Amino acid sequence: MKVLMFGWEFPPKIYGGLAVASYGITKGLSLQGDVETTFCMPKPTGEEEGFLKIVNMSQVPVVWRDVNYDWIKDRFVGHTAEDYYRFRDHLYADFNYLQGLDDLGCIGFAGGYPSNLHDEINNFSIIAGVLARSEEFDLIHAHDWLTYPAGVHAKMVSGKPLCIHVHATDFDRSRGKVNPTVYSIEKNGMDHADCIMCVSEHTRQTVIHQYHQDPRKCVAMHNAVYPLSQDLVDIVPNKTPGEKVVTYLGRITMQKGPEYFVEAAAKVLQRTRNIRFCMAGSGDMMNAMIHLAAERGIADRFHFPGFQKGRQVYESYKNSDVFVMPSVSEPFGIAPLEAMQCGCPSIISKQSGCGEILDNVIKVDYWDIDAMADAMYSVCTNDALYNYLSEEGIKEVDRITWEKVGLRIRECYNQLCGRGYFNNDDYLNAVKHIK
Amino acid sequence: MKQICLYFEIHQPVHLKRYRFFEIGKDHYYYDDYENERAIRDTADNSYVPALTTLLEMCKQNDNFKCCFSLSGVAIEMLEQYAPEVIDLLQQIAETGKADFLAEPYSHGLASLGNEESFKNEVERLAHRVQELFGVTPKVMRNSNLIYSDEIGSMAADMGYKGIIVEGAKHILGWKSPHYVYSCAVDNRISLLMRDYKLSDDICLRFSDSSWVEYPLMADKYVDWIANLPQSEEVITIGMELCAIGMFQPLSSSILEFIKALPVCAAQRGIGFATPAELVENRKAVDTVEVPYPMSWNDEERDISGWLGNTMQREAFAKLYEEKLVGRILACKDRRIKQDWDRLQATNNFQYMTTKPQAVPMLRSFYDSAFDAFTNYMNILGDFLKRVNDLFSENVENDELNALYTQIANLGDELTVKENEISVLRARLEKFESKAEKVEVPVEAPVEVAPVVEEVAAPAPKKCATKKCATKKTPAKKATTKKAESAKK
Repeated sequence: MKVLMFGWEFPPKIYGGLAVASYGITKGLSLQGDVETTFCMPKPTGEEEGFLKIVNMSQVPVVWRDVNYDWIKDRFVGHTAEDYYRFRDHLYADFNYLQGLDDLGCIGFAGGYPSNLHDEINNFSIIAGVLARSEEFDLIHAHDWLTYPAGVHAKMVSGKPLCIHVHATDFDRSRGKVNPTVYSIEKNGMDHADCIMCVSEHTRQTVIHQYHQDPRKCVAMHNAVYPLSQDLVDIVPNKTPGEKVVTYLGRITMQKGPEYFVEAAAKVLQRTRNIRFCMAGSGDMMNAMIHLAAERGIADRFHFPGFQKGRQVYESYKNSDVFVMPSVSEPFGIAPLEAMQCGCPSIISKQSGCGEILDNVIKVDYWDIDAMADAMYSVCTNDALYNYLSEEGIKEVDRITWEKVGLRIRECYNQLCGRGYFNNDDYLNAVKHIK
Repeated sequence: MKQICLYFEIHQPVHLKRYRFFEIGKDHYYYDDYENERAIRDTADNSYVPALTTLLEMCKQNDNFKCCFSLSGVAIEMLEQYAPEVIDLLQQIAETGKADFLAEPYSHGLASLGNEESFKNEVERLAHRVQELFGVTPKVMRNSNLIYSDEIGSMAADMGYKGIIVEGAKHILGWKSPHYVYSCAVDNRISLLMRDYKLSDDICLRFSDSSWVEYPLMADKYVDWIANLPQSEEVITIGMELCAIGMFQPLSSSILEFIKALPVCAAQRGIGFATPAELVENRKAVDTVEVPYPMSWNDEERDISGWLGNTMQREAFAKLYEEKLVGRILACKDRRIKQDWDRLQATNNFQYMTTKPQAVPMLRSFYDSAFDAFTNYMNILGDFLKRVNDLFSENVENDELNALYTQIANLGDELTVKENEISVLRARLEKFESKAEKVEVPVEAPVEVAPVVEEVAAPAPKKCATKKCATKKTPAKKATTKKAESAKK
């Protein structure tokens, strides 16, 4: 089975959770052996793992240029010069009017999330038209709203089923006050999709109710985590005896509910002083949070170590006694799973998608700071609870693997390719055995 | 002749309220009164009252019918407060002389596994309460949730009980049938009555289940099953919670008519009813049953993993039955602490913390999850422990405490002994005086007699201290030695 996949990020270059999820999904599929994935992304680094075929969208031509093979053969990152010539044979319109064409007839991408994002999204879908004409595939899979237009375009050209993967919606990011342009792109993508994979039931309900989609074509496809590499497992926790650390780790922004964490911390510190709070990450609300902590008079026990990356993230988890994710609306939220891998008990909001597949976490409403404070205090003071959550958490998260996600996605693919439409009820029956 | 032993359990947990950690030390009231009243009223109206009314009728109308009740102390307290008519009905049933009452731990808790002294104390208290309310002294015991092991059997025997009702669990009985009287493997003074869970669950779990092959279950069919058991299997113990009638099986399923028809159908087939006490008195144990590890009537495993299965439950259990704490609670005279202690012990609190996968989604009261239940319970327990510890100074050992209490108790006895002596001596003195008057001896006698009084009284403390020894073991001994010391001084 050949899959044409559109994505915006892929490791090793990581901007956010999307890269990790894209990696996991493609890896999970590749383990089945008979799924061949062509992954199209704006600007690969050339250091991506080789289990899938990468197409570098900034080196796919949209305008015919007469170029010499010997001159260009070493210039490609991702796909090869042969691929280039194949793509050049499938140009479909005159795009000479476009700004920023290079000598290969390609449109460059900045990569990441630049300010002219909407132009880049548009260019991405123009190029998708070329790919859809030149590649052979059975199915289109588009990740996140940035690539929905590309997916829709490819579907229009090829007539192959389109599967879109909703990693987040604008409703989550904006607490309901959506950006109309983004919303229209999302809605258009969903309207054209044959199957909508949502990263949680929480997101699925948003898609059904806010984007008015048919529930039968929406499916909850939960994310997973990769086992920790040995060097991360070996990190020795650096804990101060008699002192507990409660950690928030993520962007400090409205969606993640950082103010509830500060308020709960203030409640805990009214009672006990041997607990430290750590708000790692950066974001637009960081200064407001520093003010809030000072206002509550807990600044001596409340720390802002800033943005953490790579190994530092895992060190933070290992050094913590509790991880808290008070998100107001979290489509999935992979952080608690990573914390659990490190043996750190997690408290998450009930509005987080990952809570749907986790039992050994404490779930509270994001606004219920009393409950959140109570849970923090309880884990910090009751060793039995800490040990239970820590040990059972590791066991539980070890059972959540991308291999299983790959099998579930494969079931969706089979339905789409086999009979041309998707039905969630049939899917649920078919994947009962994958536990 | 086959005999059916029918018993009903009456227990309702006291619902705890949402108790956050910042209330520790400030708020000492732990209960959700509204929910308690609602739950009790609901159960009483829909189940207890109609069921007991029917049973009362049956006791009056059927000569052969007998039944048995087992009430927990906390349930009695709550029924007295919110639904006293249930107690009235039970009293009326008791008056017919056809009902028996069982002893069980007052709190419906796990004391049998946690602390022997507290367990015995609880059973005694309940037996006393039952005697007071219904005029029946329980002879047979039933532990909370039928938790039983050899050790518990011998504890019950020590308390003078003749029998104990236990679950007829497959893994214990093996090829043996539950329809005989057995005896405890380590103590043959006590007989075991095995609850037949199949026949019991047919009524309390499956009766109104229309997908069950035997649905609809009629009394004649049910009694036929019993009648068709092998000739020699004569003891059929059927037990359930009383709220099975009316709550688990709604009244609309005609369960009351079914129950009412049981004695009639049984009489037609020559099957009688008996109370546990009668069975234990009249029948000899056919064999012993060995139960090295505690078992119960819970879940498919019939073990105690529903209450002590995970580390959180075991932690709460360890804190609750910590020896020093139990000693202090037993020693103290604070009634409110004692009542809180009873209510906090109820097994339901532990059940809410279970993380076992459940076939049917379990009711966790208002708790979101096991962790929530644990957090709330530990907060309350934290406050409770603090209160108990504040009662007495931190470094006073329980032994000392008991010694002091024994001393105080003994002082009373001592005083009465002394008073008796004094009155005897006074009487004698009067005699002397009257004699003296006759013989006209100078009246200096009282001065002489006074030291005599003391001399006679001196050995008295030792005497009564040894008397106490029988009931309170080590502390009393210490008290004696102490007294000896102080006497020397």
